[in-house]
Amino acid sequence: MSTTTEAPDTAAAAKPKLKTSAMIASFADPGQKTSNAPFGHALVKAAQENDKIVGLTADLGKYTDMHIFAQAYPERFFQMGMAEQLLFGAAAGLAETGLVPFASTYSVFAARRAYDFLCLDAAEPNLNVNIVGGLPGLTTGYGPSHQATEDMAIFRGMPNLTIVDPCDSIDIEQAVPQLAASEGPTYLRLLRGNVPTVLDGYGYTFELGKAKVLRGGNDVVFISSGLMTMRALQAAKALAAHNVDVAVVHTPTIKPFDAETVLKEINTDRLAVTLENHSVVGGLFETVASAVVTAGAGKRVVPIGLPDQFLDAGALPTLHERYGLSVDRIVAKVLAELG
Amino acid sequence: MPTDTVQDAAPQGQTLQTAVTPERLEKISAAAYRIRHHALNMGEVQGQGYVGQALGAADMLATVYGDQLNFRAGDPHWEARDRFLLSTGHYAIGHYAALAEAGIVPVEELETYGSDDSRLPMSGMSTYTPGMEISGGSLGHGLTIAVGMALGLRYQGSSARVFNFLSDGELDEGSTWEAAMGAHHHQLGNLTAMVDINALQADGKTDTVLRTEPVTEKWESFGWYTQRVDGNDVGALLAAFDNAAAQAAAVGRPSVILCDTKVGRGVPLLENREKAHFMRIEENEWQTCREQLTAGYEGKASA
Repeated sequence: MSTTTEAPDTAAAAKPKLKTSAMIASFADPGQKTSNAPFGHALVKAAQENDKIVGLTADLGKYTDMHIFAQAYPERFFQMGMAEQLLFGAAAGLAETGLVPFASTYSVFAARRAYDFLCLDAAEPNLNVNIVGGLPGLTTGYGPSHQATEDMAIFRGMPNLTIVDPCDSIDIEQAVPQLAASEGPTYLRLLRGNVPTVLDGYGYTFELGKAKVLRGGNDVVFISSGLMTMRALQAAKALAAHNVDVAVVHTPTIKPFDAETVLKEINTDRLAVTLENHSVVGGLFETVASAVVTAGAGKRVVPIGLPDQFLDAGALPTLHERYGLSVDRIVAKVLAELG
Repeated sequence: MPTDTVQDAAPQGQTLQTAVTPERLEKISAAAYRIRHHALNMGEVQGQGYVGQALGAADMLATVYGDQLNFRAGDPHWEARDRFLLSTGHYAIGHYAALAEAGIVPVEELETYGSDDSRLPMSGMSTYTPGMEISGGSLGHGLTIAVGMALGLRYQGSSARVFNFLSDGELDEGSTWEAAMGAHHHQLGNLTAMVDINALQADGKTDTVLRTEPVTEKWESFGWYTQRVDGNDVGALLAAFDNAAAQAAAVGRPSVILCDTKVGRGVPLLENREKAHFMRIEENEWQTCREQLTAGYEGKASA
């Protein structure tokens, strides 16, 4: 696995520097099993069964896998131009007429630029508007203009909004029809391009609003969402070599949060760690922390996530290593915690 | 009733056999008078409010509800209805008065305006009020939603039209122009924007806050079928809406009617008062306002 072998800081000086562009299309590891544009294909499939589904984008169809839908259903696809306020206002208008819009752009633009439109036009009337945000967290090396490191923190405060942070192609394929079927607005943290297929070996199915225990373990419990569930599973395997037995609980729905399942797993003697591709402010960690405190469980939780900073530009493997999302860094952190 | 023929016999893309007859003029003028009267009564309940805007926009609201919109008063969600989107939430006082005039909201309910547990909050919200299609108030939203509604209706084969009421202050908002481009790009011929140009916004006169003129040229250059009229001249409004209706089509140019209006119109006491976004009216002045309104209306009617 590349991230465990190629990015330690000590070796960086001797190696050619990685290129930002190397990972633009996909964050998959070399040789990893992937599925191409799972969102686009899932939307086409859902649209075959539900003629109310329409798609729209703000000049980022090709970069959010919406182009797959646009090619399959040109008459059900609306290009809104690079105008995110229009994109989501119009999505609300389409939903007002009984349609089920999926509107895509990058997460930064949805969360930062168009919040007022999503909040008042879609969420307050509880319309079935489905926000599809590309490049969530640290999935691009373009720097803070493109890195949506605080998108969940922004969106969690929006009443009525369902937030889904999928791990892989299976999560996305199974989530899309459920998002279409759920009544109110939703936000999907899109993974695009060649998306890893990870959860097929775990007897897993995506259920909106549910956390799932992917594997058991006696020493540590990982609570993770998004692509960090992939890293959590990899880290669990790596930790086994250190005789550390790690459980992994995948919580793809961040809101409404399945506190019941998560608390049951956390209320043990195991070291509890959250893993998220998001700032440690306002995302999965604080969602878990608030559930723990609300339940009166005096349990320490260790956060693994992005720092409360504007992040560097660069190549993703370098950045994931730098900010602690790599498997190596996860393993080191857990071993240090266990002393 | 002549209105029924106008409203029901408006097939897509055909020239309407309409003229601004004395009957239509009289009917809409009377409706505008009642809307103003309702607005004054509602303003008195609150002791203040956006009465100036309601009086200014009453003729536009009367024209669109009394003469243009297809709707069923008893069934506000009737699928084939035309949509009227109020993006200026604070104009709700005028809109509620129009909804009462249209029979969608009972006249007796108007006195609950802005009171606890009322269906008629100070700023209009779709989740509170029958006939209120959207929650306005955060300005610059209405036209973006209207674009989506027009797209959605057309895609589903509906010939319903979408009207968005916005104010000249909303022309400050970039989203309004995103939507103006989007409507033209998608050739939303069943979309009509109506802009209340009262030249006043929260911090003062529009041309001192953020200059929006030349407004006509802006809309024309965005590709819209653009008309500019005296928004307090019912005859001019009817003619402009007839023109817009005549060229409405599933695929075609969106249409905008720019309406120059006067804050406080119909009540000389308020017309001549220093213009303010939130007009203060003393307790003892409401009756004077109503009397002036009625005197003006009856004077015109008998002239």
